[in-house]
Amino acid sequence: MSAQKDRWVFSFSFLLFCASSIPMRGSARLLQELSPQEYFSGLQAGRASLAYFSHNVSPGAQPFLEQIENSAEALQDYGISVVKVNCPKEDVSRYCGKENALRKAYLFRGNMLIREFPTDALFDVNSVVANVLFALLFNEVKYVETLADLQNIENALKGRSNMVFAYVPATGTAEHRAVMEAAFVYGTVHQFVLTTEATLLKDTGNNEPDVSSARLLFCHCQRATDLAQPCRRTAMGQALTMLNIHRHLKLMGAPLVTEVAEDPEKVSTVHLQLGLPLVFILSQKETYEADRRTAEFVAWQLLGKAGVALLSRDLVDLNVLLRSNVALKTPDEGVPIKYLVLEDTDEVITLVEDKNKVKQIQEDEEEDEEDEDEKETNNQDIQDDQVVEAVSRDKKRELPLEQILALTEETFHSALLEAARTAVLFYASWEAVSLAVLRSYTEVADHLKGARGVLLSRVNCWDWPGICTKENVTQFPTIKIYEKGERSVMYNGMWGTEELTSFIMLSQVSCPLKLATIEEAEGYLRGEFPSELSSYHHTSVLGVFSTATSEAREAFEEAGNILSGHVTMGMYFEGDALALSRKYAVSPPALLLARSRSRDVESIALSKQTAQDMVQMIRYELLGIFPEITVPNLPRYLQLRKPFLILFSDGDIGQMESKEMLKLAKGRPQQAFVACWLNLKKTPVGRGVLKAYFATMPSLPLLVWVNLHAGGQVFKFPSEQSITEMNILSWLEKLKAGLEIPSSTLSEEDWKPPLPAYDFLQMMETAVPELPLHTSHRRGDTPAQHPPESPGGDTATREEPSQETKAEKVGSPGRDLRGTAPRLAAREKQGKRHSEL
Amino acid sequence: LGLALYASSLCVVSGTTFLYHDYCVIGAGPSGLQAAYFLQRAGRDYVVFERSHAPGSFFALYPRHRKLISINKRYTGKSNGEFNLRHDWNSLLSHDRRLLFRRYSRDFFPDADTMVRYLEDFASLLKLQVQYNTAIVHVTLERDRQAWNGHYFLLTDQDRQNYKCSSLLVATGTWVPNVVNFPGSEYVEGYETVSTNPEDFAGQTVLILGRGNSAFETAENILGVTNFIHMVSRSRVRLSWATHYVGDLRAINNGLLDTYQLKSLDGLLEGDLEDLAIIKDKKGKLHITLRFYLENRNTSAGIDSITLPQDELDNFATRAPYDRIIRCLGWKFDFSIYNRSLRMMPGKGNKKKYPQIKPSYESRGTRGLFVLGTASHSVDFRKSAGGFIHGFRYTTRAVHRLLENRHHGVPWPSTVYPITQLTNSIIKRVNEASGLYQMFSVLADIILLRDAATAFEYLEEYPVGILAELETQTGRKATNGLFVVIMEYGRNFSGADKDVFYYNRAVGEAQHAWQSNFLHPVIYYYKRLPTEREMKLRPPDWPLPRPDAIHHIVEDFLTDWTAPNAHILPLRRFLENCLSTDLRNFFAESCFLFAFTRQKLPPFCWQGYVRMQGLVGSEGLRRHAVEAGLLEDYTLTDFLGDRLPDSHEGSQDQLLRDHAIPVRPLQHLVNAKDE
Repeated sequence: MSAQKDRWVFSFSFLLFCASSIPMRGSARLLQELSPQEYFSGLQAGRASLAYFSHNVSPGAQPFLEQIENSAEALQDYGISVVKVNCPKEDVSRYCGKENALRKAYLFRGNMLIREFPTDALFDVNSVVANVLFALLFNEVKYVETLADLQNIENALKGRSNMVFAYVPATGTAEHRAVMEAAFVYGTVHQFVLTTEATLLKDTGNNEPDVSSARLLFCHCQRATDLAQPCRRTAMGQALTMLNIHRHLKLMGAPLVTEVAEDPEKVSTVHLQLGLPLVFILSQKETYEADRRTAEFVAWQLLGKAGVALLSRDLVDLNVLLRSNVALKTPDEGVPIKYLVLEDTDEVITLVEDKNKVKQIQEDEEEDEEDEDEKETNNQDIQDDQVVEAVSRDKKRELPLEQILALTEETFHSALLEAARTAVLFYASWEAVSLAVLRSYTEVADHLKGARGVLLSRVNCWDWPGICTKENVTQFPTIKIYEKGERSVMYNGMWGTEELTSFIMLSQVSCPLKLATIEEAEGYLRGEFPSELSSYHHTSVLGVFSTATSEAREAFEEAGNILSGHVTMGMYFEGDALALSRKYAVSPPALLLARSRSRDVESIALSKQTAQDMVQMIRYELLGIFPEITVPNLPRYLQLRKPFLILFSDGDIGQMESKEMLKLAKGRPQQAFVACWLNLKKTPVGRGVLKAYFATMPSLPLLVWVNLHAGGQVFKFPSEQSITEMNILSWLEKLKAGLEIPSSTLSEEDWKPPLPAYDFLQMMETAVPELPLHTSHRRGDTPAQHPPESPGGDTATREEPSQETKAEKVGSPGRDLRGTAPRLAAREKQGKRHSEL
Repeated sequence: LGLALYASSLCVVSGTTFLYHDYCVIGAGPSGLQAAYFLQRAGRDYVVFERSHAPGSFFALYPRHRKLISINKRYTGKSNGEFNLRHDWNSLLSHDRRLLFRRYSRDFFPDADTMVRYLEDFASLLKLQVQYNTAIVHVTLERDRQAWNGHYFLLTDQDRQNYKCSSLLVATGTWVPNVVNFPGSEYVEGYETVSTNPEDFAGQTVLILGRGNSAFETAENILGVTNFIHMVSRSRVRLSWATHYVGDLRAINNGLLDTYQLKSLDGLLEGDLEDLAIIKDKKGKLHITLRFYLENRNTSAGIDSITLPQDELDNFATRAPYDRIIRCLGWKFDFSIYNRSLRMMPGKGNKKKYPQIKPSYESRGTRGLFVLGTASHSVDFRKSAGGFIHGFRYTTRAVHRLLENRHHGVPWPSTVYPITQLTNSIIKRVNEASGLYQMFSVLADIILLRDAATAFEYLEEYPVGILAELETQTGRKATNGLFVVIMEYGRNFSGADKDVFYYNRAVGEAQHAWQSNFLHPVIYYYKRLPTEREMKLRPPDWPLPRPDAIHHIVEDFLTDWTAPNAHILPLRRFLENCLSTDLRNFFAESCFLFAFTRQKLPPFCWQGYVRMQGLVGSEGLRRHAVEAGLLEDYTLTDFLGDRLPDSHEGSQDQLLRDHAIPVRPLQHLVNAKDE
């Protein structure tokens, strides 16, 4: 910290030195008082002076005079003397004679009048200095009012010199003064341009200009080669003070990338001197050109925030990993250089920016660091499991469990005999996932209220572990449907209200359902039979068999058992009539599929298939051709393990797109990809997907190719092309040929522990070092447990309570309450404090 | 047919007739019956020998004053049968719910007769094979390379009937009264025969030798009618509430401590009984003197010539003569019936009343001989509950499981779960398991990790002392690391001289859980099975060698370790860090997002959602998750247009950050920008 301060002092004095090179004169009163003759005769060529003429008695001008007097010292730094000219009573010359001339101040260079200022323009020191310098630096600081003016200046400067463009809300302000003072120093180096027009600021690419605050941009026109393009700009992030401007200009003046061929520990640049970090890009001969471009790219991003140096590894013998490609040197003394392996330039930039942020915080609030530390370790106690947290937040709400019978060891078996079917939810009252399912289960109960033949019940395995073990329930939650105490089916679908409800409903009908007459079979295909299911939209699967096909029929029946609850399956035994077969042009054994909402009946011939094959086939057939992908149905398509071609749409997709996509999807029977669409209105999480792919929300509809299972590359269908089968196919060809650049690639990252655990082993060792624990093992082969927050410190405080623990004990009575009764006693002692609060 | 079977199990070896059984159990007390129960359930060929006509003959006589000090807690506020066994110290393990002790007695400290009745029922209701009135008087070995253990056990009963067994389970308890021999010890009455009628002690002055529960129980009984009672023993009194060892003096018996400390003439004295001598004077009063004086006296002189301590030290504590002296010194194992070849050796030091056994309960001297019940207490003497019904009912089961694996190829029972159930299965067990709770620091649950940490195998109540032999003893493989779930008291918390009620003794914060004092679950993590050497070199009061990581679940006043933040969360973090994975639960919506934005999914998603068992969650729950900042609500982002995702203030969500890294290898990016 103190080193930093020194550096500030250093650079400030440096500035003053450049700015004035005028030694202090030590005179208490810098305002000269002269007679007109003395004044005019004493004016030296090229030397500026600010004069104010007065007859001795002019009380109204008194405050104004004071301000001028105060600014004498500041102006003196710029070689401007301030003079009060005392007009003799009889004098009626140009400056002394006229009454209103006395209300003004005059700026002379030599004996030439440069400008006269009305007293109200000189209301304080800032305004005096700003206005005087503004007038004097007429050539160095261009004042512009229109964008055209600005562009003209900019164009004229291209390839020649850089421009400093400043916006101040008004002249005569402190910011104005700072800009003018900087211009006094740097005016010959850079072209200064000043404006008070906020519109100009808008046009410089600032999206949300805050017109109330001044801004300064450094325009790199000297490097500009393309006359059509505006110069690259670097805005100054800090407030407009002379010091900050100076700092900014110095940084802008520094070379973009410094080439380094020495030990990085010894390298020092302007950036380090100004308290900014220095980033080294480690380069090798082979990659020099690319590295240089990288370095420049990074340097542009970090301009004003950090310096960038290109370090040639071939010239310096670095004792670091060959993989390291970036190094970071911080201005703090004694902090070693960090060598890193980074993957993209963004990481470099965040590295620097986060550092700055951290530092800012540290500088802003130099409060107890212990507090910070504590906060950090306490993250571990903050729940980061969305399900557990959601359930605990919901725990005070009483669940409407009236519809759901709670079973006990005594009532379990008798209850199963009561209804034709009993659904039992096995859960544990402390387990979050099963409690989440219990909530959905209450909604199921609500849906099924009044449904006959189904009893909803539950068993809390925390109360009745015996039944759960006996019923072979090894994990929570489990739902089983018992048929009159005979057979039971375990539910293996999504834990959602709709899915559960439909499962329970479908389970009521035997699977496959034996259809006796041709009328029933037809009604079944129309979705009208059995009547219990007529209100459910579903795809009906009808197996048609003849006398000779008992093998296929058995397989079909077995498949029905497996798919029970998920699919409605019917079975029609034709005998010799073959009415159905004829109607749908199949020969038994065959499957007829009637999709809901569509009148078509598809037919599939059955060959010698096992039950498992048949299950697979039926599942596959039930998948849509160009389905809308949703949260519950995605897993079915994921299982195909194919790339996805997804049309993202905000609401329903247009007819044209729908038609084209359907054509595409139907085009080839065994598609190599899943063509589907996603309705962001129905599946809002799709937005999260898009944001992950493109960082910002792209315009919709949008066709995306995602290779989920191989490589994870994401490609975006060019938005300028219309979504037609032909266009898509040729785009896909290009993808295959590797001609397209992916928009992003899905992270391959493993799912690591979100936070470290308490390292009790280390705490124990720190607290009781004589424990012969370390004998057999080496330390450090413990699993990666603690970050640097040193749990050791923690135990030390437990050993001999330091202020921290005392503060904890006394200061936060609430925290002591957890867990145990002896703590309860401690709490009572704190009771008073509590009531005071 | 029965006859034929009987005949087939008869075998004739060198002219002697042997009745053969795979397993012979000696003793039909609680542990013998418990062993019989497991053998019967497994369908094994076994027999139990009982010298008495009924089971539990020890309880028919002891405790003399008939009050059991094992608690019979009939109400716990919970219906969980497994949990309730934590507070039922008398029942044996069985599937039969009729055989719960609370159905036998309403007393918190039940009568010993009830225990006898209970054991009778246990044997008869479960139809256990007990051969009564058979006292095994001799046990020897017969070498045979065909035998399971390289030898058979040959047993002989009081009628010279011989029995031959492949495996011998010794469940005889400790029933031989400890006797101290010193001059005058013939004047001492034994606990086993002393009158239990207080009237017999009216107006008498009594000296009790010993300081265990039987001594105090005897004192308690006569406290109200004696002049005063003195108690002598070598060791200081050990109070069970200070040592949390149930074999030490229980509060229910400590009335004499009260009267001693409240100056009511009764008292405790420390001294080695071996140094004592007792002299009876002419009036029949008994005087205490020291063996030292007796040895130096002139043998010809009469009783009056014997020096009494008070002759030299006139304030000698036990100078007053006693009317009666009672010996209450406990019991020891009956070593007498074993042939030398079995090498049944007494333990060392304070364990000399028990035979030497390994932590697997197998005799150190003879393979295939297992010691069960009270006699097996040397494994955890003065530590855990292995010497008592509520402890050895579990160790007996453990021995049975070891035998099933060793002799019948039945591996230790286990359940395989997906890794997502890891936290749950531990929480479930530490909250309800009674074996872990009663046999703390002795029996432990073992979690064997399967390859790539996608699944694990759960083994219950394995004797932790033979952890190194786990693979051979259980028939399970431990190649991918393991967790050991065990319960422990704080290491420095309790002991004979400790103040266990000191202020601030309880730890409430999860981050200080390792300093917990009361019984609490501890989980050890090993990347590989510890070796026998590491087991031997473990720190003195550690049940296990140094793990690769350890976790303590903070002690809980209600022994209810289900608090989501204080108990489950730190446990999950520990498990996650050991396995280097993310064990959080996710709603289906999050899994959907991950499925599209990451190449890998967290275990909960790929074991659930991807297999079409996603947790959809109710609307209300999802809203809570959104409020907690753990789930992003994308319906709200409509009006935000295309602002950067993290301009979304506050709900900074670690879950949903960096799903995808934009493809920007350094060079590629630069090229694109430059052009």
